Amino acid sequence: MIKKKILIVDDEPNIVLALRVLLEDQGYDIEYCYDGTSALEKLVTFSPDLVLLDVMMPGVDGYTVAKNIRNHQNAEHTNIIFLTAKGTKDDKMEGYDSGAEYYIVKPFDNDDILEKVRELL
Amino acid sequence: MGAGWVIFVSLLYLVILFLIAIYGHRLAKSGKSIVNNPYVYALSMTVYCTVWTFYGSVGRATQTGLGFVAVYLGPAVLAPVWYMLMRKIIMISKQLRITSVADFISSRYGKSTFLGILTTVILIFGIIPYISIQLKAIGISFDLITQSDAKNTFWDSSSFYRDKVNYFTILLALFTILFGTRSLDPNERHEGLIAAIAFESIVKLIAFLTAGIFVVYFVFDGMADIFSKAATNPKTSELLTLSSTDMAKSNWFWVLILSAISMMFLPRQFHVTVVENTNISYVRQASWLFPLYLFLICIFVLPIALGGLLILPSTAEPDMFVLSLPMHFGQGWLALLVYIGGFSAAASMVVVSVISLSIMVSNNLLMPLLLKTRTATIDGYALLSERLLYIRRVVIVVIMFLAFGFYKSVSSSFPIVSIGLISFAAILQLAPAIIGGLFWSRANVKGASAGLSAGFFIWFICLPLPTLSEAGILSSTIIDQGYFGMELLKPYALFGLQNVDSISNACIWSMIFNIGLFVIVSLVTTQEVDELAQADIYVNIEKYSTIPDIEVLKKVASVQKLKQLLVRYLGAHKARSLLKDFKGKLSSSNDDQASQDFIHYTEQVLTGAFGAASAKLLLSDDIRQQNISLEQLHEIINQTKEILEYSHALENKTEELTQTTNELAALNQRLTELDEMKAEFISTVTHELRTPITTIRSFSQLMKTKENMDPAQKSEFLSIILKECDRVARLISQVLEVEKLETVSKIDEGSCHLHTVTTLAIKRLQPIADEKNAALIYESHHEDLYVPLSEDKFLQVLLNLLSNALKFCDHENGIVKLSVTRNTVNKTILISIYNNGQHIPDDYKNRIFEKFTQVKDGNLAKPDGSGLGLYITKKFVEQGQGKIYFFSNQQAGTTFTVEFG
Repeated sequence: MIKKKILIVDDEPNIVLALRVLLEDQGYDIEYCYDGTSALEKLVTFSPDLVLLDVMMPGVDGYTVAKNIRNHQNAEHTNIIFLTAKGTKDDKMEGYDSGAEYYIVKPFDNDDILEKVRELL
Repeated sequence: MGAGWVIFVSLLYLVILFLIAIYGHRLAKSGKSIVNNPYVYALSMTVYCTVWTFYGSVGRATQTGLGFVAVYLGPAVLAPVWYMLMRKIIMISKQLRITSVADFISSRYGKSTFLGILTTVILIFGIIPYISIQLKAIGISFDLITQSDAKNTFWDSSSFYRDKVNYFTILLALFTILFGTRSLDPNERHEGLIAAIAFESIVKLIAFLTAGIFVVYFVFDGMADIFSKAATNPKTSELLTLSSTDMAKSNWFWVLILSAISMMFLPRQFHVTVVENTNISYVRQASWLFPLYLFLICIFVLPIALGGLLILPSTAEPDMFVLSLPMHFGQGWLALLVYIGGFSAAASMVVVSVISLSIMVSNNLLMPLLLKTRTATIDGYALLSERLLYIRRVVIVVIMFLAFGFYKSVSSSFPIVSIGLISFAAILQLAPAIIGGLFWSRANVKGASAGLSAGFFIWFICLPLPTLSEAGILSSTIIDQGYFGMELLKPYALFGLQNVDSISNACIWSMIFNIGLFVIVSLVTTQEVDELAQADIYVNIEKYSTIPDIEVLKKVASVQKLKQLLVRYLGAHKARSLLKDFKGKLSSSNDDQASQDFIHYTEQVLTGAFGAASAKLLLSDDIRQQNISLEQLHEIINQTKEILEYSHALENKTEELTQTTNELAALNQRLTELDEMKAEFISTVTHELRTPITTIRSFSQLMKTKENMDPAQKSEFLSIILKECDRVARLISQVLEVEKLETVSKIDEGSCHLHTVTTLAIKRLQPIADEKNAALIYESHHEDLYVPLSEDKFLQVLLNLLSNALKFCDHENGIVKLSVTRNTVNKTILISIYNNGQHIPDDYKNRIFEKFTQVKDGNLAKPDGSGLGLYITKKFVEQGQGKIYFFSNQQAGTTFTVEFG
């Protein structure tokens, strides 16, 4: 079975590490980066099935990345899960408007993440 | 000398005067006025010296010696008073376009028609005798100079047709008409006339001086000679003693007063001094030139008088010595010169006086009467101005006729000076109203009318009326027994006042009644609003550069109506030029309401042409004027004051309000900003807290669920967890610190040892420096310094600055240097931390010490730290009363410096 590809994007290195360990143990193929611009590059080169996306990032923020993914020809099928400390209803709405499947608020529960990932992939 | 020759010379002289007048007029029209200078002005004033001076004073001197001089001393001595009064009068008259003394009085008292009429009547009664003595003098001098003419049997005055004075009267009337009624000038300026008057002043002076020089130096051998001869001669010796001059002191006093007053208010004097004045500064020169002239003309009066008494037979008329002396010695030409001098003096007096009287009669007497009995006939007169000149000509003829009548009946029997003084006493009646009106604003029309009427009445019964009795026209018992046989009503001793001469008697009583009633009635009655305004203008003329308009008396008239008025009364041509002269705004539409300025202007112009009272009547129909009572005026003034006060207060309040509003707006903005900042702060803090907590949770959960975790991994995870815990703790304490700093900004009282703390800081950060392969250098030569900040705070400052420096120093070869220096001059301690990394971007330079501002380093994904570090550092430094600043650019790297003074 082909390994599913997940792209992790967050500007906090520790969180990226935690998610990496979590998902790699479950057998996913992981790529990661720390900002939006790199994310867009990796999108093309890595072509992930799912993107775990932080919203608050310097430079290009999460929403923009999400919109780009949606508009990108080859990435229509890519799933997006937002991960962020911002938790207001407005933020969630914006998140969903940008085309994400799920919007998860930090701190998150590892099991919750796994469940959602499994569901989408 | 042949009568025909004398007549010819007289005519010739008049023609010369007339030509001079024409020439002067032409020059003035072309702009090169010869009249417009102070010398001509002063000379024109010498019209004061008539045949009274020329002939009469000599006659007077034969009776009272030096007493004659009283009449000239008055003007000379009171020259400063004259100066002050005349300046004021001229200012007022120019502003209000006053054209005669009657107009002046009438205008002051609310443009009263009654006062105008009364003044004019008084002046007619007063001046006609004066004119008559001029005619008398001409007659006598003519007789004298032609007495050698054996063929002169024609002019024997045996009948009306043979009375030369009759013809001279007609001649003078004609010349007066020619001089004075050629055109209607709203200012009543007659430049040509003034030129002629100035000329004749010179002629009269030269004539008299020549006669005097002849008598003193040719008939006698100089002044000393004449006086010594006079002293020894019984006929004249008395005149040289002071006792002869010892006319009753009252007489001296009154003659002084009378002459001073007359010099100002005689119609001819008022006319040349005020109406014809072109430049008020001339008054100053005139105030000494005029007395000088008087002095010159008086020098030879007494010598001539003495000479006449000494030489001429006792039948000789003393008034005529000036002429008879040269005649006695056969000096034909000199006699002719003297004759012309006298004739000149008479002619100038007559012409100017009669012109002035005609103006007054037409403007203040006839016009108002015509207008008061106003009917459609006025509207029928297309050009009232032409009518006006015609009226004046008639007036001139009538006045001359009356003067002739008086001469025939009265003057022939009296010495010149006596009649002259009677005239002066009439002029005196005007003085209270004029002078009072100039300085006392309470003086009102009722008071002036009462005083003037009473004074005039007393004068009339005391002076001119008795002369009729003495002349035989009225019963002679009047003088001896009083009017109606009443002892108290004896004209020369009224109410029992004994031992004063007739003049003093008349003056005393007329002044008592005049001034008394004037003052009492003015105090007891109230003034109309009209009067108040005029009174203010008169009394306070210096304050007004232009005459203010009383907004209260709002005048309403349409532009068209006013234009029609001007055309109707002044003629289309004059109206057009006047409209052009109007400098204010003139509405182009004729139906519009005229501006107050224009209404005012129209009023002024018509005043100049017809006098204030007539102008007011002319306009009263076309201008609707709200007449308000004094109380209403007061109320309006008070209300206006209140309104002004309120509006001032309102302005101030509005200003205050605006300021307050602005401050509030600024405050509001600040608060909004602060609110935003607070929200942002909280948002950022929450975010900052959530991030490490997320890490801690995530790793903890991983470790829990993963049973067979690699111990190394486990260890790593645990370190991360611990670090993140520290991070949270640090953040929390920083936030708390910030909170403390925000609320209380106190001065830190502590101090610490510099070297100790710096070494500690270096030690703490050495591991991080090693991790990054950066060099951490400490340089100091001052081991024993103390810093005015408590140890933990100073440590935190150093840690913050050093860790920042390490964060941003160059990644390959990072250098961080901490150096301590001391300024030897002012003893400040400088702690500098340098790093060789990228310089601080310009857009951050202003904000770097603010909360949550973090410079993004290119390589790091996210800056370490909360962004609060520098903010806290700065606050701590300030608590130690120090300063913190930085310098950063591409070449020199970045250096933060903390300075403690």
